[in-house]
Amino acid sequence: MSWLRRSILALVLSLSAAGAAADDMLMVRARIPFAETMLALQEAISAQGYTLSRVQRVDIGLTEFGFKTDKYRVVFFGKPDEIRRLTETHPELIPYMPLQVAIFAEENETLLATTNPTHLTAAYDDAELTEIFARWANDLQVILEKVRQAE
Amino acid sequence: MKILLRSSFAILFVLATGTHAATPAADGAQLYGQNCAVCHGDSGHGGVGVPIALAAFLSSVDDSYLRETIRSGRPGRVMPAFTRLSDEEVEAIVHHLRSWKSGDVPRFKPKPVRGNAEHGAALYAQHCAACHGKQGQGGKGTGVTFSRPRDLPVIAPALNNAGFLSAASDAMIKQTLMQGRKGTPMVSFLQQGMSEQDIDDVVSYVRSFETASALAAVASIDDEPAVLTMESPYDLEETVEAVKRAAVGKNFRLIRDQYLEDGLFPPEQQSHKQVMVYFCNFKFLYDALALDPRVGLFLPCRVTVVEHEGKVMVMTINPKRLSHLFNNAELDRACEEMFRVYSDILEEATL
Repeated sequence: MSWLRRSILALVLSLSAAGAAADDMLMVRARIPFAETMLALQEAISAQGYTLSRVQRVDIGLTEFGFKTDKYRVVFFGKPDEIRRLTETHPELIPYMPLQVAIFAEENETLLATTNPTHLTAAYDDAELTEIFARWANDLQVILEKVRQAE
Repeated sequence: MKILLRSSFAILFVLATGTHAATPAADGAQLYGQNCAVCHGDSGHGGVGVPIALAAFLSSVDDSYLRETIRSGRPGRVMPAFTRLSDEEVEAIVHHLRSWKSGDVPRFKPKPVRGNAEHGAALYAQHCAACHGKQGQGGKGTGVTFSRPRDLPVIAPALNNAGFLSAASDAMIKQTLMQGRKGTPMVSFLQQGMSEQDIDDVVSYVRSFETASALAAVASIDDEPAVLTMESPYDLEETVEAVKRAAVGKNFRLIRDQYLEDGLFPPEQQSHKQVMVYFCNFKFLYDALALDPRVGLFLPCRVTVVEHEGKVMVMTINPKRLSHLFNNAELDRACEEMFRVYSDILEEATL
């Protein structure tokens, strides 16, 4: 019985640990206020060769409906030609484009978060997409690190 | 048996995380800044993650607890497992955390506490369940979450969590029950009138969560598709209108619709073959953000209508697959609901 119990524990815990790895999410804290962080994010996105396509003002919608929230936006961006090409060759990827980063205030600091695109690798099982997801992940890390170090 | 169980927890997490090459002279402050500060704050005051610089916390947990927590995280409770940090790096982070409070570092014996778990269950229901949950599932939400109002300054830990049970020794749990944690709602239960034997009974009951925790089903995302897709019998414009009607029929407010290439190309060059329809239920959005402030990444809701090679497809992300990345069991439940709503909208729009 004890062997069986430990075996079940082993299976469940190994699965649990594998499903909660720190690099599933890409997140940083900027030590500067929201407005400055938003500017730094936009500059970092451009510097990495991406075009900012839209800023979704989540906080505005919430406050209009009477919900209290601090500043909260979602920034969308992509490489136009790459997105156009991928919509033709891999239309099943469309719901994940453009890339996006959530940016929200926590008192006088600002948090940025996005999902690691490499989480899609197993779902698509495509050599070209695997490379693209890895490059996106790298680019997102570069962008977020620049914002983290912004002063 | 209990020692064996806890040992197996620890060994299994180490096995699951793989081996790590030693790194030279790790800088704890820098590593903390890179890996922990985003959630716990630069000075450990909390945020998405719980505050860890509290003197009462640091004086009631040993280094083993901190190490194991970093390594294993808290499955389903936001704190991820830092599997890529080397042993030296984990040690450096623990050393950095210790720099926030002077004084002796607690050391606990691994000896299990012997108590009556049945009596402990009754005491737990009376004294602990209000904050930690009937089944030890912990308080709702994440950390202190400064981005929105909260009733309590901190979230009550999930005592039934495999990561917690792996990290915390019986002696550590006992000391916390006896002394409480100043600056949090956790009071000293000795001062509340419990005897030391009562506290041993509660510890035994908390330890019994190990069995339930281990036997709990663990959802796998491998079977979940990355996107939800349905083919529409209508043309693109008709399908866009059908999506809007279906969303409104599900009590959502339409936010906007736009071409996928909007903002990426000048208007006259944009493809009209991919239309994104955004809609939102602000109560649902607010509740979801209270569960996890990062979830705005895939809210408001979006369905994309795509014309490709003569077919019109309706597609969206699969919230169940994305939710897994957030390591938040409460969010998983909300995303189950989102999954049903998306499926209904896609089905209704393509009937």
